[in-house]
Amino acid sequence: MQTTSDEVLIARIADGDRLAMQVLFARHHVRVYRFVLRLVRNEATAEDLISEVFLDVWRQAGKFEGRSAVSTWMLSIARFKALSVLRRRTDDELDDEAAEQIEDQADDPETALAKKDKGEVLRQCLTSLSAEHREVIDLVYYHEKSVEEVAEITGIPEATVKTRMFYARKKLSELLKEQGIDRGWP
Amino acid sequence: MNTTKDAPGRDEIDEIEALLPWHAAGTLSRRDSQRVDDALAGDPELARRYALVREELGETIRLNETLGAPSARAMEKLFAQIDAEPKRRATPSLNLGARVSEFFAGLTPRKLAWSASAAAVVLVVQAGVIANLVLIEPQQAQFKTASAPPSAPPATTLTAPQGTKLRGVDTVETAPAAAPGVGAFTLIRFAPQATVDDVNRFLENHQLSIVAGPAPGGLYRVRVADTALGKDELASRLKELQADKTVEFIAPTQ
Repeated sequence: MQTTSDEVLIARIADGDRLAMQVLFARHHVRVYRFVLRLVRNEATAEDLISEVFLDVWRQAGKFEGRSAVSTWMLSIARFKALSVLRRRTDDELDDEAAEQIEDQADDPETALAKKDKGEVLRQCLTSLSAEHREVIDLVYYHEKSVEEVAEITGIPEATVKTRMFYARKKLSELLKEQGIDRGWP
Repeated sequence: MNTTKDAPGRDEIDEIEALLPWHAAGTLSRRDSQRVDDALAGDPELARRYALVREELGETIRLNETLGAPSARAMEKLFAQIDAEPKRRATPSLNLGARVSEFFAGLTPRKLAWSASAAAVVLVVQAGVIANLVLIEPQQAQFKTASAPPSAPPATTLTAPQGTKLRGVDTVETAPAAAPGVGAFTLIRFAPQATVDDVNRFLENHQLSIVAGPAPGGLYRVRVADTALGKDELASRLKELQADKTVEFIAPTQ
């Protein structure tokens, strides 16, 4: 089956092709939503944000120069919007979120291990990482972005991308250790 | 301070270790990928750490896949906003690359095949004319050849080599008598450097068949047994498959 490339769709969207917009939306909205949701941790906010992201794509399509993949460009827009929302959040909301995280880690290591398998504990620890660390891990592992693409999306140098990923993984190992799983690294 | 003789080696390993997540995700260049493979082959500790990375990769995918999808509200809201936008004029000066891509994307595979065949015929005819001008005409000026071979193999018989299809991808019925949805399945992403032959050999050796894919992320759904397997049995089967270099990522699936 032949599919139209994202770049072609963007060119059509720049011409005002609504159908091309539907195709692009269908192709990418779930991944963009999940990326945003992992950052803002609120489904309603994430839904609002993806509408905004794709509206920006509709408006800015004519300016897309094709220097990066369309998905990378969209994730950059999504990230910018998610961070704006996070900045606007009140202190009360942030306190609630912090309290949720404390509750997440309330079990002692033995209880946690008895209740869950290793994979489940790992997933829980992945959700407990800071937004910055969650972001880089998701971009690399789930969104399959190269070092260069992560650098473009996050606006940091490539060397910093590698360092950030290293520290994110290190933090993950520490969280696992707190839950009774010692991976022998770092 | 890193001024010992061992320092460069350590730095190199650190650099390689930093690349492990991208290696596992299949997003490294071929050159870097080879460097990592070489380092992994000679360093058991690095290989152990790579196993941790693969574990993280698998669980990150699982975690994200459980996040669900947005409701239809997001799409409705978007298109209501788009409809409210002022109509825009077509801008014919968009980047050339996209226009060229669009032209080729507009051709059906059949049209593309015919175009390629026609181009091949034109090339052969052109080559024949040139050869005639350069070689035959001067020869004719000198002597007549009475023994030219009567037939040469046609130059336009380019066909796809046998066996370039992934086993099972378009021949699901060749999977040994298993009904669709029956059996034990796994999700597999093949290593970026694996060739089609490598993949076919892997499938053949392990008696596997691809039932669907590739899904986003290059994941294939592969049947590993005709009947459902117990958790331990499936885990041991996956471990066995994971040891093959052709496999980059593997996880159980329904």
